[in-house]
Amino acid sequence: MFTTTKRIIRAGFLSFWRNGVVSFASILVVTVTLFVGGSMFFLGELLESSLAELKDKVDVNIYFTLDAPEEEIFGLKQSLESLPAVAYVSYTSRDQALESFEEKHADDYTTLQALEELDGNPLPASLNIKAKEASQYETIARFLEDKNALMEGDEKIVEKVTYYQNKTAIDKLASIIAGAERLGLAITFTLIAISILITFNTIRLAIYTSRQEISIMKLMGAGNAYIRGPFIVEGIMYGAISALAAMALFYPVTLWIGDATAKFFSGINVHAYYIDHLISIFGSTLLAGIFLGAVSSAIAVSKYLNEKHLKMT
Amino acid sequence: MITFDSVSKKYMDRYVALDNVSLTIRQGEFISIVGHSGAGKTTLLKMLLAEDKPTSGIVTFEDVDIHSLRRKHLLNLRRRIGVVFQDFKLLPHKTAFENIAFAMEAAGRTDEEIEADVPHVLALVDLGDKIWCFPNEMSGGEMQRVAIARAIVNQPDLIIADEPTGNLDPINTHDIIQILKKINDLGTTVILTTHNKRVIDSLGRRVITMDKGRVVRDNEQGSYVL
Repeated sequence: MFTTTKRIIRAGFLSFWRNGVVSFASILVVTVTLFVGGSMFFLGELLESSLAELKDKVDVNIYFTLDAPEEEIFGLKQSLESLPAVAYVSYTSRDQALESFEEKHADDYTTLQALEELDGNPLPASLNIKAKEASQYETIARFLEDKNALMEGDEKIVEKVTYYQNKTAIDKLASIIAGAERLGLAITFTLIAISILITFNTIRLAIYTSRQEISIMKLMGAGNAYIRGPFIVEGIMYGAISALAAMALFYPVTLWIGDATAKFFSGINVHAYYIDHLISIFGSTLLAGIFLGAVSSAIAVSKYLNEKHLKMT
Repeated sequence: MITFDSVSKKYMDRYVALDNVSLTIRQGEFISIVGHSGAGKTTLLKMLLAEDKPTSGIVTFEDVDIHSLRRKHLLNLRRRIGVVFQDFKLLPHKTAFENIAFAMEAAGRTDEEIEADVPHVLALVDLGDKIWCFPNEMSGGEMQRVAIARAIVNQPDLIIADEPTGNLDPINTHDIIQILKKINDLGTTVILTTHNKRVIDSLGRRVITMDKGRVVRDNEQGSYVL
């Protein structure tokens, strides 16, 4: 068993090396396939991260009336925090709001001057609420509405809840991204399917040139597994080397488009992503390459192992 | 050792390649099969290697019906038969050593046996210095000698040589026939098909003449007559 395995691996290596041109052509095609597959994976990740980031930006702000007492705001904060749908609530006092406004408009002299002319601080205190799930904002918004309705006249401390203003925009954006994901998935599957077909046909052609050798081997009494083995080893080598080549290609390509993706996909740099996930990307590319090479070879060679294809003359 | 019992082979129900052939080949014989192209010589050999099935009739090898054998036993049978072809049929990406070693590997021989036997058998066909050459680095005669070395390395019971001298010059033809005679002298049955009159006449062994798929002549010490 060990001797047979050793012989099969050796024969595969030798054949790979000696059929240099055929091996090179096969590697080229498998590399393109893996590169297309990898690119589609990157694109999918970018879309996913963008969606996640957008979802993360969804929140609800409660702006209070200017004279709302802090104790009551804290009281509302506490009751909000006790809601199971709420992830966290952060409080911004009127002074903090003013401070951050001034910071934000440090270069905008006109705005700062206009602010100075006003009597005192015009900015309200606010609570920022993040829900555990995007779908739970509606529950929180309704809770706030009910609470606000209970307070009447002068006691009313809530000025505005921002949920409904943002809701339409957020939903629309989410549906655009979901649509883009679906389209991306369809393109991914189509491109990957085409690449796999081309790879399979290339390897089939490579093995077609060996069909007479397969016949000779059979006439010498070699078993099917012993004939098939070296072809599968060759297929695995095509896949492994192509995975390395595709990984090497990803480096300059992601480096080149990294900044562009960072601008386009809300801060995600595809090159940084590639470097951070180098091992897992290489692992999956390698596995995909080996699987593709080995399975294509096995299918292609099985045709000529059939007794019907045995040709003495 | 080998019997063809009323063997017929039709292709596409029309073309008759073998027509009711019956003959017996004894252990240790050197038998030549002659005939025009398309007379059925190669089809007869294909039946023996189970490369093709007869339309009717039975082919037996040591009393076993070849075409009833399961795959595993068929492989064992093929390992007992060495085949030499007109176009050599060497594995093009393997050296002379590796071509012969492959036949031994297929028969499950050990690395030690391969290391010992391959140089020996190559020396026997006078190719000791071409051991690491690829087929495209050798002449026709040399390639055919490698093919013979490959055919005999597992000490088969039968050698089938299908027009082995068809692509060779007279000197190489003579050498190849001498090697086949030597193999036969050592006890191996040899079946040779050829168009070469001088080869048949010089052998002075059993000659079977075929025409239109039938055996028309079977002479113990025959000559080339068509």
